[in-house]
This record gives sequence, C-alpha cells and structure tokens, in this order.
Amino acid sequence: MNRKLVKQRSEYKWLIEKAGRMNVEGILYASEPLIEGMDDKVAEQVRNVASLPGIVAASYAMPDAHWGYGFCIGGVAAFDPSQDGVISAGGVGFDIACGVRTLHTGLKASRIEHLRTQIADKLFRHVPAGVGSTGKLKLNQQRLDEVLEGGAVWAVEQGFGTKEDMRFIESGGRITGADPSCVSYEAKKRQEEEMGTLGSGNHYLEVQKVVEIYDEPAAKAFGIELDDIEISIHCGSRGLGHQIGTDFLKQMTVAAKEAGLELPERELACAPLHSAVGKRYLGAMRSGINCALANRQILTHLVREAMADILPQANVRLLYDVSHNTCQEEEHEIGGKRRKLFVHRKGATRAFGPGRADLPVEYRPFGQPVLIGGTMGTSSYILVGTERGEKLSLSSSCHGAGRQMSRTAATKKWNGKDVARKLEQQGVFIRSSSMRGLAEEAPGAYKDVSEVVEVSHQLGLATRVAKLVPLICVKG
Amino acid sequence: MWEHFSHPADIGIRGVADTLEDAFAQTAYALSAVICDPQTVEPLEAVEIRCESLDVELLLADWLNSLIYEMDVRKMLFSRFDVSITGLQLTGEAWGERIDPNRHKITVGVKAATYMELKVARNEKGLWTAQCVVDV
Repeated sequence: MNRKLVKQRSEYKWLIEKAGRMNVEGILYASEPLIEGMDDKVAEQVRNVASLPGIVAASYAMPDAHWGYGFCIGGVAAFDPSQDGVISAGGVGFDIACGVRTLHTGLKASRIEHLRTQIADKLFRHVPAGVGSTGKLKLNQQRLDEVLEGGAVWAVEQGFGTKEDMRFIESGGRITGADPSCVSYEAKKRQEEEMGTLGSGNHYLEVQKVVEIYDEPAAKAFGIELDDIEISIHCGSRGLGHQIGTDFLKQMTVAAKEAGLELPERELACAPLHSAVGKRYLGAMRSGINCALANRQILTHLVREAMADILPQANVRLLYDVSHNTCQEEEHEIGGKRRKLFVHRKGATRAFGPGRADLPVEYRPFGQPVLIGGTMGTSSYILVGTERGEKLSLSSSCHGAGRQMSRTAATKKWNGKDVARKLEQQGVFIRSSSMRGLAEEAPGAYKDVSEVVEVSHQLGLATRVAKLVPLICVKG
Repeated sequence: MWEHFSHPADIGIRGVADTLEDAFAQTAYALSAVICDPQTVEPLEAVEIRCESLDVELLLADWLNSLIYEMDVRKMLFSRFDVSITGLQLTGEAWGERIDPNRHKITVGVKAATYMELKVARNEKGLWTAQCVVDV
C-alpha cells in the first residue's frame, strides 16, 4: 500500500483521517509488512465505507484485510438505525455466515497416528464436498423455511446432534428475526439439495493437532490441551446465501439509484435499516445465517458418524462456532453510551470480551473463542476476545490468513498434485476432488497467518490461546 | 475472445467481440472456464435464460448470475451460448450437460458474478468488452 494513503499512529495502528464525505475516520490494524502487502484499494474501500450514512465509531480494517466488494475483506463497520444507518449486502458478502466451527474429539494425537489415511479417506467419502455434490437431505421450499427459521436448533430437532451443542454456537444456534418470506424462490431452490455439503474454494474440513498453548486458563476453560485432536469446519450458507447476496445486491442498487444515493462503487449498495428493502434484507440475511448454522450442524453429525466408524471412543463435542460474514445487532459503548448497532463484519470475526451473556457460562469469565483458519500447510489459531477489543474494534478480530496472490497467479505458479505431495511430506494428508483447486489454495497464495494473529494479539483485538497444525485436510 | 484477469481474492472474467451479444457469450464462456475446461463439456441440452435490467452492465451481471443459478440447481456445466439483446432485455440459451465427475475436472464453484470491475464498453475500433469479477 502506498504509505501516503495512511498515517501510522502506533506500531500496529494506521489512520485515514476524516476528509471529504467521510463521516468517521478509517482505522487499519496491521504490522508494517502487512500494510506493505495490502492493496491501495483497501484504503479506498475503508474510506468509502466511512462515507456511508449512520456509520459510528470508525471504518475498520483487520490485519488480514484485502481488496473486497464494496467493503474490504476484513472490514468492520457499525451503523446506528436511529441515525439513518444503513445495511449493505456487499458488507456481508455472498457467502452469508461463512464461518468456522471447531470440534473436540477427546483424542490425543498418538491415538490417530496410524489411522490417518483411514480417517482422511472416510471423511472424504462421508462428507459431500465440491461442485455438484449433494447432501442426503432433499428439502422442499416449505421445509427449507423451517431450516431458515430454526438454524442449528432445527438440525438438532431432526436428529443431527444434541441440545448441548447449541450452547457453544453463536446466538445459541438460531438467530432471531429471520424471515424466510424475504428469501426468493431461487435462493431456496439452490439449497434444496445442498444442506450438509461443504462447498468448494477455500472451504475445508480439517483434522488438527494442538501444538502450543499460550493462555493456560483460557485453554482450560475452552477444554484444550497440548496434543489434543480437534476438527474444524470452514463453510457457510451455500447456494442459498449466495443467491440472497445476488438478489439483494441488485435490489439495493436499484433502491439506491431511485433514492438518488450516490455510491462510490456499486458493490457498496445499501439501504437504510428502516427502509422496506433494508428490513427485507435483514430478514433474508438472518435466514442465511440460520442456514449456515444448520449446515455446519449437519456436517458435525457427518463428522461424528465418520469418527464413530473408525474410533468409537471419539467424543466429538463443540468447542465453538462463529461466523465471519455477518451483520449482527449488538450493543456497544460509543462515547460513554450503550447503543444498539448493526455491526457488519465482512471477513472479520466477532470477538466478545468477558461477561457477554451470549457466551457459554464456562467461557464467560474469559471471553469468546475466536477461531482463525489458516491454510492447508500452516497453522490455525484459537484466540479469545478481550475487554480492550470492545473499544478498539467493536469486539472484532481477523478471520484467517487472507490471500496475497490471485487464483490465476497461483495456478500458474503451482500444480495441484505437487502441492498435495509436498503437504503429505510435511505430514498433512490432503483429500480433494479438484487438483486445480488445490493449486489455487496453495499455502503460498496466502499471507502468513501467524503475522496476522500476532497483530491481533499485540493490540489485544483478541489474544492467543492455542495454535493448531493440520494433519488431514478435506477440500471440495 | 475470452480471458481471465487477476484479482487479489477471486477471478476476473472478460469477453471481447464484434457485437455486444457475442461479448456476453464470450464472458459466459470465460465463466465456465473458471469452473472447468469447457472443451470437456458437451452441448447436449439447452437451458433458456431471460433477464432484464436497469442498464447494460447490470444486464451482464444478471446474465452471468442466471447462468450460475441454472448450473447450481441443474448440476450442469455449459459450453455454448447464444445471446440476443433488445434494449435492456436479454434472451439467451446456454448449452451443456450434467456434471460427470469422471469426465469433468472441476476447479472451483462460482458463488456469484459481482459488480466489481463490472464493465461493458465499446472501443474506438468498435470492439465490445464485457467483464466482471466472480466470487469463488
């Protein structure tokens, strides 16, 4: 990034001062090398978001930020409905409630050492992944409405998991205010056969080993010890969410044009929270969140079935489930006052500090688990939300490594088979339906996740609890 | 002519042709080439597409998003496209077949055609370019 676009305020904080049409300042959290690697467009997008009506506090970019659609990926912005605040379909993204769920297995690494090939093959066979894959469930439009209202709670009612699982999911596994009547026929049609599927691209199912503990008390509360085997699922609301994003991006673009709202770029299309389009999007987007929560719940059930088949003593329980593409109604303190805000997190993770009622009682004294996915060859991290994060970033942190190389460049540089072979030499067993897809997702195409996490930790957006390395990675 | 262009997180698709219709068809071919090699897709079955939009750029996004929708719900891949545009109304046909994992080497699914780098323009030589970034 051109340094003239930002002013360095401290080692990890960079400012875009309020100017022109900006309603608030822009704040980027990054180290020197991360700022160096960021596209100029990130600064432009942070500035553009700062100019939207009703924005409060600041327009933020997390350490893994990169050029996105309207909002940068890694963008956080909160809007006050009482100040004509807006909601933006681009600010949530096409993969509504894409997120990470991490599961305990109750197993130590030594227990699965000789079974790694077997587990990898079983998970790959048992969990539908990749383009064109379908789930075992076929749901008509009416039954899908039940999913969209019920989220993971609906999935448990169908026998996919236990009530206890719900305590460890953001919003208790079901977000209120979902309105399936705001979701188009086409969006539901895309989901009829996609419940319980992983998807493709950067989505994955990973078996991981805990290799480092940084914060003993928090790790103990989260139930993590050295050498534990955890399983993480990264995916979202599948075709339904993508279609809601497509439908409302268009509707908001038309509404903005009709309202005479000038947008710096079309992807910033938004609508006042109080408007008819804004309300409809909120009802649809929340339906998308519930769809994603139900999807990850069904995938958890499939993981349990697969593990029970190979290791009946495995006890698969939820550590936590948190989305990183959402707009959520939350209370935050702004200027000494508690205010109800709509917080957009586009490729950013909610990171509540201690005491929040939404957290499971055993985590509440410590804060929320923040699940950071790495790449196939690097580490993933579990962080914990902090009290400081509330003031710094409206309780938000990074979401992953963030790409540093385009997919086209990655496929020119690497070959999928070589990527898989090298990873296997490093001890990571890869199962994927797409070799070219593997090249696009090669670890070198991503930023250094440890550097991204270091910035979050040093600033206190969310602090390190544990580091995990991949042993098996299933990709679509 | 079609091509892919670089974007930090996703992929740009571009079609260039003598007519607006062919540029739209070429961009659709570039979309298919994100997902797999379109040369491996037999044009066995046609799907009809109709869309209407506020302007020609949004019409391109609508056309591509309609194709993404049809591929998703029919579990199909496309390799041939016929496009006809009158004003801001498009009627088209996409020809292809159902996904066969044994013959089609799939790279990645496409979530949506975005409005990023969305452009439809004619240059001084009369060539039409139609492009956007797709979210994968």
